[in-house]
Amino acid sequence: MPVGRAWRAIGPGGLVVACVGLVAVLAPVLSPHDMRSFDLFHRLAPPAWDTGGSWTHALGTDPLGRDVLSRIIYGARTSLAVAGVAVVVAATLGILMGLLSGYAGSWTDALIMRVADIQLSFPYLLLAIAVMALLRPSLVNLVIVLVLRSWVVYARLIRVVTLSAREREFVTAARALGGGSARIVFRHIAPNVVGPSIVVSSFQLAELIIVESSLSFLGLGVQPPTPSWGSMVSEGRAYVSTAWWLSAFPGLAIVATVLGANLFGDALRRALDPRLRGVG
Amino acid sequence: MRRYLLGRVLQATLALLGVTCVAFLLVSLSGDPAFILLTPEAGDAQRAAFRQMYGLDQPLLVQYARYVEHVLQGDFGLSFAFERPALTVVMERVPATLELTCAALLLGIGFGIPAGVIAAAREGTWFDRAVMAVVLLGQSVPTFWLGLLMIRVFAVNLHWLPVSGRGTWPQLVMPAVALALWLAALLARITRSEMLESLAQDYVRTARAKGLSERGVTMTHALGNALLPIVTLIGLQIGTLLGGAVITETVFAWPGVGTLVFDAILRKDYPVVLAVVELVASAFIVINMSLDVLYGYLDPRLRRAEA
Repeated sequence: MPVGRAWRAIGPGGLVVACVGLVAVLAPVLSPHDMRSFDLFHRLAPPAWDTGGSWTHALGTDPLGRDVLSRIIYGARTSLAVAGVAVVVAATLGILMGLLSGYAGSWTDALIMRVADIQLSFPYLLLAIAVMALLRPSLVNLVIVLVLRSWVVYARLIRVVTLSAREREFVTAARALGGGSARIVFRHIAPNVVGPSIVVSSFQLAELIIVESSLSFLGLGVQPPTPSWGSMVSEGRAYVSTAWWLSAFPGLAIVATVLGANLFGDALRRALDPRLRGVG
Repeated sequence: MRRYLLGRVLQATLALLGVTCVAFLLVSLSGDPAFILLTPEAGDAQRAAFRQMYGLDQPLLVQYARYVEHVLQGDFGLSFAFERPALTVVMERVPATLELTCAALLLGIGFGIPAGVIAAAREGTWFDRAVMAVVLLGQSVPTFWLGLLMIRVFAVNLHWLPVSGRGTWPQLVMPAVALALWLAALLARITRSEMLESLAQDYVRTARAKGLSERGVTMTHALGNALLPIVTLIGLQIGTLLGGAVITETVFAWPGVGTLVFDAILRKDYPVVLAVVELVASAFIVINMSLDVLYGYLDPRLRRAEA
């Protein structure tokens, strides 16, 4: 049954990720208010079901009277765009490095893996905090920092896949037929790395959303007035005893999306390759 | 064995040098402290004097060489903010961070490993499924949000625990738990999969066949063999734990290295930032190197694989 198989690969996690993606794309249509408009008469309004709340601002408002729900909806754009772009760049870079490392071997391999080791040998979040603070927070720097984290994961995995593919008969056959290195790598080895890369990407998306929101929470990621879930939680910090909804709902959005991406990765792994247990 | 040891030490030294170089370059790239730290009214003469005082008027390569030379002697210069040796300022904060990370490490190991072992021994039961659900949740909840949630529920609503600060036992509870959750989740997941793998091995079948109790088989034969990868993982996660400590300390106003480095970055107090970076990196690299050497003794197969 192709439908059943497709569902197993997508699962509830894939559905969640797709929904968040849809919300991000349709943000201007879906958000009930302009996320930038200040409503100073309704500052710190509680969510609709709380005493004093109204459905005008379903999830309440912040100290400037901005609608929390609208900002969360636009925050989906920021989080998904930043983490998504970082995953794509990291995957491209990491896969190329992994293929190069695994296929070329010798000193190229040693060099790439040493760089990866050194990078892994450093507490990443501390590095990210230092880089963001020293280079000034901007979306481009944020993506660079996330890529720095992520490419190693791809490179190490793809290297192992390449090493084992290199010894297989079809590669020996291709070489015997006179195939050049580039042709062998891209025509014969590269297709083997697609499955594992897709699985890892889902887990990386989850992880990078957490890293991005952590940096934004510390004030080193996405800068105001651009709404991001992490900075919204941070803005709500001062109101934790009075206006709980300010940090609770953006945090829930992070948990739901990350949970979805993690579940999606699990489902993909089971569907694409049962041998991949333990990856990610 | 000597070659293996030598290789590991050489690699650790290279890694440290790499970290030093990157940290130094980043700081140099971030701008001239003479403009950032002095008031706008300061004249050129004052700026020049400031640069001379901190050796910032020398070429970059000379600065780097001098920096490495001083670092080797444990001298990171004076903190701009505290006007005391940066290393002293950092060392004063180390006990608080050690306390927090050790508490989190103990909690993570104490809950994660037993949960993973029992989940694997009872694969497919409700307990296994419950553990896996908690694991998934634990890996999806950001530490900073969990911390705020706990403050709201346990400090603001229930008045069970103090909101922040350090000094008494109740103040340690929330930061330690917040920091430990993802580690416990990670350890439970890895322990479970390592245990499942080792429970399927021939030596486990042999142990069962000779009539050992299921508990004995699980605890000695299966867990004993699953432990090596788990210990490696713990070693690797110490870096992540330290990173997480920065966030946890910020949320709970815990006076450790994390809050210090965060404030130092905002104040552009570079000597402190560099001291923290070097200290953490060397601690981390030394820990992992010792673990590697330890494995060399524990598992002779590794030695041969490296050579």
